[in-house]
Amino acid sequence: MIEVDIELVQGSFVLTAAIRIEARTAALFGPSGAGKTTILDAIAGLRTPRRGSIAIGGRVLFSSGQGVNLPPHQRHVGYVPQDVALFPHMDVRRNLLYGRHPGVSPDLDRVVGMLEIDRLLDRRVTDLSGGERQRVAVGRALMSGPSLLLLDEPLAAVDVPLRRRILPYLQRVRDELRIPIVYVSHDRDEVAELAEVVVLIDGGKIIAVDEVNRFHQRRRAE
Amino acid sequence: MDLWRITWFTVLCAVAATLLVLPPAVVVAWLLARRRFPGRALVETIISLPLVMPPVATGLILLMLFGRRGAIGRLLERIGVDVVFTWKAVVLAMAIMGLPLLVRTARAGFEQVNERYEAVAATLGASPARIFLTISLPLAWPSVLGGAVLAFARALGEFGATIVVAGSIPGATRTLSVAIYTYAETGRDTQALALLLVSTAIAFAALFAANRLVERRAA
Repeated sequence: MIEVDIELVQGSFVLTAAIRIEARTAALFGPSGAGKTTILDAIAGLRTPRRGSIAIGGRVLFSSGQGVNLPPHQRHVGYVPQDVALFPHMDVRRNLLYGRHPGVSPDLDRVVGMLEIDRLLDRRVTDLSGGERQRVAVGRALMSGPSLLLLDEPLAAVDVPLRRRILPYLQRVRDELRIPIVYVSHDRDEVAELAEVVVLIDGGKIIAVDEVNRFHQRRRAE
Repeated sequence: MDLWRITWFTVLCAVAATLLVLPPAVVVAWLLARRRFPGRALVETIISLPLVMPPVATGLILLMLFGRRGAIGRLLERIGVDVVFTWKAVVLAMAIMGLPLLVRTARAGFEQVNERYEAVAATLGASPARIFLTISLPLAWPSVLGGAVLAFARALGEFGATIVVAGSIPGATRTLSVAIYTYAETGRDTQALALLLVSTAIAFAALFAANRLVERRAA
C-alpha cells in the first residue's frame, strides 16, 4: 500500500495530493505540468514537501508531523526518470550492478532474462537504442531491490511500434517480481494496458482515483 | 648545472603544490557547484582573491600567517616545522596562487554533470560520498584534470608571492621565474634566455594539454 498525503510548493506551483493506492500498478494520468513528476520526485525523496506524509507498506519515508525525511538513498524506491539517465561512463553491466545490495537484490540473470537485455551487458550505454535504454534503466532500478518502482513516462521516448514491445516487459516486472509500480503517463492506451488504478491529476490537484475500467467508461462518456 | 637544477626544483614544487591543493579544491568546487550553504558567496570570493590581488600582496599575507609570529606559523613552529624562506614556502605560494584556477575549472565541470545522474544514483541506494566518487567525480574528471594542469602551469610561473614568502635563495628556494628575474637584473642574459626558453616550453605544453582536456569534455 502506498500512502501519499502531501502539500508541495515549487515556485508559484502548489501541489496537493492525497492518495492511497492498494493496487499493484497505478498510473498518474494528466496533462503536462499537472504535477505528476513532482509526485514521483516526492516519493523518491528528490523533492521535499512542505508538509504531509509518505509511506510505503507502512514504512514512513516522510512525515512532517513526526519529523521524518529519509534521504533518497535510504528509501529503497526504484526510479526511472523520463530521460532514463543511464550512467554514461559505465557499460550496461556496471549500470545494472550499481545499486545492487547483496541479500536484497534479485538475481542479475533473472532480471536481464526477464527484460531480454542479456546480450547487451558489455555494451556502452551510448550505443543502445531507445527501447534498450529504457529496459536497461528499468533493470538497473530493479537490481537495487526496491519496494516500489517509479516510472516517469516510460514509453514517451520510444515510438509507437516499440511501445508494443516494451509494455510486455513492464507487465512481466509487475507479475513476476511483484513489485508495485507507479508510473506517469499522458497516453490513454498505455494506461489501459498496465494500470489497475488511474489517478487523474490536473493543475496540482487530484481530480479522481479510478479503477481502470471506470476510468475508461468515464473517458468514453466525456 | 644550475639551469637543470632550477628547472627540476621548480617543476617538483609545482607538482607538489598541485597535488596539495587538488583534494581540497575538488571538494570545494563540488560544494560550490552543488550545495547551498551559509557563507557560500564568501568562500567563493576568498578563494578567487589570489586571482585578482597583486601576487606580492598575497605573498605578504602568507608571510604574516606563516611567519614565526603568524597565527599558523606559531603552531607549526611548535611541531618543529619552518615554512617561511624554505622550499615549503615555495610550494605554499604556488598552491595558493593555483587554487582559484583549479576550483573554478573543476566547479564548471561539476556543474556540467546532469544532476539526474546523481539523483538516480541516490535512489539506487548510493550515499552522497559514493555518488561523489562514482558519478560526479568521474564525469567531471576531464575538467578537474584540466584545472589541475592550469594550476600547475600557474605554479610554474609564480613569482610575486614566492619572492615575498620564500625569497630567492640559490639552491634552496630559487625558482625558474625568480631566477630569470635575478639573471636579467644582474646582466647574465644568456642564462636568463635559457631559463626563459625552458619555462616557455613547459608552460606551453601544460596549457596545450589543459585545453585539449577541457575541449574533449565539451565535445
